[in-house]
Amino acid sequence: MRPPPPWAGRRLGTEPGDGDALSDGFQVVGKALPRLDALGKVTGATRYADDLSWPGTLACVLLRSPHPHARIVAVDTAAAAATKGVVAVLTGADLPVRYGAIATSQDEAALASDKVRYVGEPVVAVAAVDEVTAREATKKIAVDYEVLAPVSSIEQALLAPADEPIHEGTKGNIHRLAALEFGDVDEGFAVADVVREDVFFYEGSNHLAMEEHSATAIFADGQLTLWSSTQAPHNLHRVLAKVLDLPMTRVRVVATPHGGGFGGKVDPAAHEVVVSKLAVLTGRPVKCTLSREEVFYNHRGRHPALMWVRTGAARDGQITAMHFRVALDGGALASLGAATTYYTGALQPATYDIPAYRFEACRVFTNKAPCGPKRGHGTPQPRFALEIHLDKLAEDLGMDPVALRRCNYVRPQSRTVNWLRITSCGIEEVTEKVLAASGFATRSRRVGHGQGFAVSAYLCGAGFPMYPSQLPHSEVGLKVDRGGVTVFCGATDIGQGSDTVLATVVAEELGLDRADVRVVTADTGLTPVDLGSYSSRVTFMAGNAAIDAARKIRTLLLEEAARTSGLLAHELRVGDGRFGPLSFEQAVEAAEERHGALSASGSYAPPPGISGEFRGSAVGPGPAYTYSAAVVDLDADPTTGEVLVHKVWVAHDIGRLLNPVLVRGQMDGNVYMALAEALMESQTYRKDLLHHPSVLEYKTPLATDMPAIEHLYVETIDPEGPYGAKEVGQGPFLPVVPAVVSAIHDALGVWVDEVPVTPEKILRALDARDRGALGRAGPKRFPAVPFPPCIKVEPPHAATARV
Amino acid sequence: MLRLPAFEHLRAESVRDAAGMLADHGGTARLLAGGTDLLAKMKRRQVMPDALVGIGHLAPLREVRVAPSGAAELGAAVTLAEALADRRLAADQPGYLEAVGVVSSPALRNAGTIGGNLCVDTRCNYNDMTEEWRHAVGYCLKTGCGERCQVAASSPRCWAIFSSDTAPMAIALGATVVVWGAEGERELPLGTLYADDGKAHLQLGPAEILTALRLPARRGWRVAYEKLRRRSAVDFPLAGAAVALELDGDVVAACRLVLGAVASHPVELHDVAQALTGRRLDDEAIEEAATAGARLAKPLDNSDLNYVWRKRMVKVILERALRRAAGADRGRLR
Repeated sequence: MRPPPPWAGRRLGTEPGDGDALSDGFQVVGKALPRLDALGKVTGATRYADDLSWPGTLACVLLRSPHPHARIVAVDTAAAAATKGVVAVLTGADLPVRYGAIATSQDEAALASDKVRYVGEPVVAVAAVDEVTAREATKKIAVDYEVLAPVSSIEQALLAPADEPIHEGTKGNIHRLAALEFGDVDEGFAVADVVREDVFFYEGSNHLAMEEHSATAIFADGQLTLWSSTQAPHNLHRVLAKVLDLPMTRVRVVATPHGGGFGGKVDPAAHEVVVSKLAVLTGRPVKCTLSREEVFYNHRGRHPALMWVRTGAARDGQITAMHFRVALDGGALASLGAATTYYTGALQPATYDIPAYRFEACRVFTNKAPCGPKRGHGTPQPRFALEIHLDKLAEDLGMDPVALRRCNYVRPQSRTVNWLRITSCGIEEVTEKVLAASGFATRSRRVGHGQGFAVSAYLCGAGFPMYPSQLPHSEVGLKVDRGGVTVFCGATDIGQGSDTVLATVVAEELGLDRADVRVVTADTGLTPVDLGSYSSRVTFMAGNAAIDAARKIRTLLLEEAARTSGLLAHELRVGDGRFGPLSFEQAVEAAEERHGALSASGSYAPPPGISGEFRGSAVGPGPAYTYSAAVVDLDADPTTGEVLVHKVWVAHDIGRLLNPVLVRGQMDGNVYMALAEALMESQTYRKDLLHHPSVLEYKTPLATDMPAIEHLYVETIDPEGPYGAKEVGQGPFLPVVPAVVSAIHDALGVWVDEVPVTPEKILRALDARDRGALGRAGPKRFPAVPFPPCIKVEPPHAATARV
Repeated sequence: MLRLPAFEHLRAESVRDAAGMLADHGGTARLLAGGTDLLAKMKRRQVMPDALVGIGHLAPLREVRVAPSGAAELGAAVTLAEALADRRLAADQPGYLEAVGVVSSPALRNAGTIGGNLCVDTRCNYNDMTEEWRHAVGYCLKTGCGERCQVAASSPRCWAIFSSDTAPMAIALGATVVVWGAEGERELPLGTLYADDGKAHLQLGPAEILTALRLPARRGWRVAYEKLRRRSAVDFPLAGAAVALELDGDVVAACRLVLGAVASHPVELHDVAQALTGRRLDDEAIEEAATAGARLAKPLDNSDLNYVWRKRMVKVILERALRRAAGADRGRLR
């Protein structure tokens, strides 16, 4: 392995200007300031992707498959192409190069050519002078299909295919198998006093970003530019270069202001490729905006997951071994599913100190819209299973469920059995805070009322990129001169507030007001590379890269201020627009006079040594982990099975609060989305068609359904985070789902081992109990999966377990 | 986004004018007041009228009149929000307003009209889908070229669900509606406006216009409307139970019970109401009435949530509506 470059995993310290100059605390960091884009968003001034238009723009409409599984025998586009106003028609033959979000899964074609694999898969694209003309023209296209038997469920996918596998070259319809064992699991179960097994199911769901996907491409002067509501412009840049066979230098991707991403805009999407190709062919701007129904077909949402978990524990509650199995319904494409598969097993040991751990996972292809990354990526499903399983294990042990968890918590500065490096860790503190605030231990005991507690862990950015490379994960350019300060970064603000974070850290380092810093982001033609807004990586990685760049300018300006004033650099105070005796502007002018144009760059990549070295070890490691705990208070009606959530307390180990407004907003969004998945959302199928392809039918909680939320912050000041900060985009989601289910058990005494919890499932569990059976609703068994033998991984030695 | 198909917009100068315009188009024109039901269906290409006849602005359809007795007449184009804000109605027609208040959301109540809600199309989640989705499923009996019902394949009829919240309550209150047609005005009991057919649930001629809702004086009556839905707003009813009764001491002197969203028309529980009349409204009577009433509900798998659960809930909401009308505890979460 090559030695890491000097910028990888560098510790930049937890105070402004650490190690360089006098610092007397924060001036911008930690202040409750509104987001930079707040006013534009609330006044309607923000221009989203669909608001963009150029003279002569062509409208692109996609003809999609009405069949879940069928061979394409013939496509006749002649009549459509001859329609007045139609400028170009594309079929799969025009876009033969396959692509995908991750390097090892290149199974997508923008337009299907040989066969269709799900209802809604794009088959033909029409570009016309306006949308009505394009849409009418699609009706003149004749596609001759030979219908094949569809695969509709995980169980069905594990059987021999009825007609043919969904993809060539796979074993049946199995996309991915993984089997890993850390430590001696059999021995762990042998010494356990209590062993428990449970089966759980977690339904799939869509991201339901308010903004539907939209993209516009222009090809001019040999350069392609694509404006799109993408979360990962750099990855899209690479994909477009590959598919269109253009050099990277001829492609520019601009991520437009977002109306929400949540993982649904990470994968390169068919319409992005199609409008780019059409722009190259026609020389005119081409635009495509998806309808809500098309967003459900493009999907890449939460994987439905069937899970089996077995845990052994000593009488005192100490876990001795855990065995976790998962079968994921991946839908029709790979997407980021290889990563999803490993994520379902990675973080159990990052929460609990499990001495021996076996993980077996399977992802299958089905004829449904492709699943992919959604907030929490592969971890909400196992988190739900694990936390409810531990509640039940506590019942078996006659222990308090919180006490059981606490005696197994991971410790700060430790290494897990699967080689994850834990540094800062506030799991004890978030537990303490949420229990105290909610009064969990002294909650009222009446039938129908309950509280549930759960805890979770998440990573601050993927330790490894989506394509193998040793390059920085985030790069920042900083321009400082008599015209002002501009920070350039490829990071994409998808509503999480990353632009605001970049401005905050640069203002902090340069002693400026946040309004003094301009931010230019998410434009691969203007901004240095950032890998994208996914896996909670941006504050940690782009934040560190921005500090790195700003420190260089800070040092330069301090030198000028020292030289001019005759004082020593470390005697000078930076802040309130001053560098010691000089104003910021004077310091800049002095530096510019001496050095010419001023600019600085900063870079970040996670440090080496944060993972083990085994197949699958690249998924799970991050440079730091956050911890969250939640208590949910609700009433569940034993007559109807209806649930009314009164309040959610959520405590989060944020590392450091860079801006309480942003952190609070993320926590609210996480709680909302988790309640939605716990109680309502499901992307399900009936007659192999989407059951709920509209926002009226697809139920998600309304503003009037939202409970009160109490936000509790724990600052653990991570040694490597920007000023010690960690992620908050995904972590606080995780404990809420199991806490809801646990609270329902607290209220009614029955277990619903399947989310979403619907009224009907609660009544089914109550009915079962009334019949004298187990008061439970949920899956009965885990299917037979041909798991390969486990790769045995030696756990870290006790001597190296402390990091 | 889904776009509206092309259509001609006609602005009627009077109800007579509007009826003429409808007649001129021979069934290819539709009335437009609030548009909250119609325009969404047009976007999904479920209905493709050549022309929309605007009547929302016509003064006679915009009036609310309340007599000293408490009897009320509401013009069909009065918005749901306007009805809710009317203090006279609040005092004299609280049962009707309770149902109005649980229709959809504030934004849609600002646009939707009281006549529109009475005439709201029946719903089915095999039909309230886009053209592309319905093409993929093979269409159904209600619209387009489908040859079979998707939810009950062997059925010769359409099972789309009656989805008005206000109609069951208004029927329970003994409401009538005024219909304007070529032969002039006629007044009919609201219940007789509806037919048990999901495809054609309104007994109105192609050029007839519902112009007003008349609510009789019901001072002193006990009323309750219970709506079953998944969320606290927006959703159409999964079932609705309307109760209006007059007590003499604790004995039921008069009573009307109507279920919504359990069939293609509002289901009036005549026999159950008759059995209650003359009885003391105690727990036993309520339980019996709710059990008997729920038997008439026949939900199918063409709406939200599990239909067996919905059937089971009909008894619960009917019981809750009766208990509330009787003055007992509400006993539910929201």
